[in-house]
Amino acid sequence: MGAWFPAERVVLRGKDLFQDFQGLPWMGLLLYGITGRIPDDKQIRLFEGMWSLCTSYPDPRLWNNRVAALAGTARSTAALGIGAAIAVSEATIYGRRPDIKTIDLLYRLQRQLDQGADLAELVRSELQTRRGITGYGRPITRKDERIPPMLALAKELGYADGPHVRLAFAIEDILLRGRWRLHMNVASLLAALAADQGMSCQEYYRFMVLSFTGGMFPCHIDAMNKPEGALFPLRCERIAYKGPARRKWKDA
Amino acid sequence: MTQPQEAVHSRIWEETPEPDNPFAAATCYCAGYDVYGDLLGRASWAEYLYLLFKGERPSPSQARLLENLAVALANPGPREASVHAAMCGGTGGSTHASSLMAALAVGAGQLGGAHEVALAVAGWQSCGMDLAAWRERLQNPPEGDIDVWPPMEHPPGFDPHGAGCATPVRQTLAKLKESGNSDALAWLYEQRPALEALAGHPLSMSGVAAAALFDLGMDSDQAEMLYLLLRLPGAAVHALEQKEYGWRRFPFFAGGLKLVDDPGPKQV
Repeated sequence: MGAWFPAERVVLRGKDLFQDFQGLPWMGLLLYGITGRIPDDKQIRLFEGMWSLCTSYPDPRLWNNRVAALAGTARSTAALGIGAAIAVSEATIYGRRPDIKTIDLLYRLQRQLDQGADLAELVRSELQTRRGITGYGRPITRKDERIPPMLALAKELGYADGPHVRLAFAIEDILLRGRWRLHMNVASLLAALAADQGMSCQEYYRFMVLSFTGGMFPCHIDAMNKPEGALFPLRCERIAYKGPARRKWKDA
Repeated sequence: MTQPQEAVHSRIWEETPEPDNPFAAATCYCAGYDVYGDLLGRASWAEYLYLLFKGERPSPSQARLLENLAVALANPGPREASVHAAMCGGTGGSTHASSLMAALAVGAGQLGGAHEVALAVAGWQSCGMDLAAWRERLQNPPEGDIDVWPPMEHPPGFDPHGAGCATPVRQTLAKLKESGNSDALAWLYEQRPALEALAGHPLSMSGVAAAALFDLGMDSDQAEMLYLLLRLPGAAVHALEQKEYGWRRFPFFAGGLKLVDDPGPKQV
């Protein structure tokens, strides 16, 4: 994939870093490193928009951001806090697992639709076999405020009407009409936009790994700027214990 | 109107505060035992570790098994990938935490790592000591949905690059099975040749660890966590050692990289 030739040059996927990437924004380089394809300006705006509009919430209550903030309040380093917070973002109820599972879902359903399957049946079967449908529904709140601004950007760039975006909304229509009442969350829209750009599941997963970092740094800085230990302090009594009764450790 | 205070729910830990500071614990109870007033000085590290994970004090044989497992796993040695990762932190003067995070990240994996152990424990939970069930599982491994974890490339608990079962693996299995409360280990000791034939690979240390953790009553999540934890001492000391030696004495693999798509130097 690449190598450094000391005091001479750097090669990345068959291209010279200093010669071939002049003027390419960092997002373009990142996408090239992941996919092996150099994105055009519109694609760079789309993928950058995904990160800036949808994944950069600077709220230390969010579990992954809280790791960065706790690192700040405990006076750990930014790199340790952000590194751990990125790793924690590989979660089940948000972050990387929904990312990869949602783009996989869209590709799987699209393939089956292309073979003549009925979408309502596919959605019902997905709900039955997996007890939920990834990319739809959301912890804490039902509606996803990130969808309108992201959709607006996609419309401006001419990407709002791709086959996977249409599929994502068609799934939401079915889920809202049925007894499930599940709204689409932004994971579905982002996965659909990425699928319409031809990203594979693995490429999309890797692209999203760093996506939350824009919101993590402010969390670390904010906690660092306050007195040490001041973030979300917990009194002893805040531990609600429901374990074995008090007992003595008898020598064996 | 004030909102009700949210709580941290736990069946492991309870604290009572000091009279002069509600944020300072006067007494800490682990599963009902007073940690600093009673348990400290009487419980061994292995007993306390077991108590933390299981909520109950281990029997002497369980404590012995965990202690011996901890010794067996403590240092995979500097060639092993997770320790190598920690040394990459040490040699460059990175923070110590980053060296251990590196060891955890790499040692979490599915080639001799903690997720492999979790999958192997799932095998024990599913097959127990039933050779026919293991045959079915090894020949037709369960397939899961797409995940952040890549698909397994070899049967969990076996070494895809092994020629025969390595001596330390055999020695560990033989020693651990003597601990008592070790039915799975004893069965594995007896059935190792048959299982290796079915798997097409020799048993690995992760396979022995999985059987031991299953014998200790750990589920796959607990086993994954414990395995991550127990392998950190070696990563720590090798990172410190490489920090002391410095980067000049650490392999750079100068001739170890071959580019297949080198465009070559360009004229400016």
